[in-house]
Amino acid sequence: MKVGVVTFPGTLDDRDAARAVGAAGASAISLWHGDADLKGVDAVVLPGGFSYGDYLRCGAISRFAPVMEKIIDAANGGMPVLGICNGFQVLCEAHLLPGALTRNHALHFLCRDQKLTIENTSTAWTSSFSQGQEIVIPLKNGEGSFQCDDQTLSALESEGRIVARYLGEDPNGSRNLIAGITNERGNVVGLMPHPEHAINVLTGPSADGLGFFTSVLKAMVK
Amino acid sequence: MGKIVVEVMLKPEILDPQGTAVSAALPRLGFNFAKSVRQGKRFEIEVEGEPTPAQLAEVEKAAEKLLANPVIETYVVKAEK
Repeated sequence: MKVGVVTFPGTLDDRDAARAVGAAGASAISLWHGDADLKGVDAVVLPGGFSYGDYLRCGAISRFAPVMEKIIDAANGGMPVLGICNGFQVLCEAHLLPGALTRNHALHFLCRDQKLTIENTSTAWTSSFSQGQEIVIPLKNGEGSFQCDDQTLSALESEGRIVARYLGEDPNGSRNLIAGITNERGNVVGLMPHPEHAINVLTGPSADGLGFFTSVLKAMVK
Repeated sequence: MGKIVVEVMLKPEILDPQGTAVSAALPRLGFNFAKSVRQGKRFEIEVEGEPTPAQLAEVEKAAEKLLANPVIETYVVKAEK
């Protein structure tokens, strides 16, 4: 099983993402933003960071990178794609997911261990969790406030497309405490907190994040 | 040299924490005129000669595709002297 991890200029978390893919039992394949080539991968992770320096809007320029054109086609064909943090922003800019991520409501960059509930365990990236499971993984971003119009919000709610929600105090002003969402098909997931930083208690607040990466292995075996 | 300007603003229903922060800072400095402040972006695009309708139409397309995110923002394209 090969999981591609994309590196844009300014990506930070590609190494941790590749490590998490390896810890889950798959091979991580590095994908370069400038190559329109997915190297035969079965799934893709768009990791966190500040691709293209967050110029214009977070993810707005990355979305047009040559590798993204391939990823958009593959995602529309059902390939599992997980966007974490900046990767989530890229997926929204690419219109693979609805809504947008805007500046945290209190303006501060946040970096903390965050409690979440997993609310949809039928996506390609969340089947290893149980419905309503509480997990703790790092949240670190400046523009993590999930925004969309009322119609989109009620569709996300009624179709069960909210994958994870913040527990406790609202960290960033996201509508309905949304931390992660999925597309209609369940193969594309965007998540603001960072599961790849929580795969081992030695280096993270928990090993809860590993579940996202073991889930996609199961999804690919099916 | 002509200039095409694109102004991008967050939609009114989208929270603008930067504008809110500016709005809170003004009275601290003794400026009491603002009921509210919204912060946006302005792009100045230089073109050869007076902007043509065709160029304005192209910029309109670029604004829709790249300069603004229509999910959360509105934009205005205009020619400027």
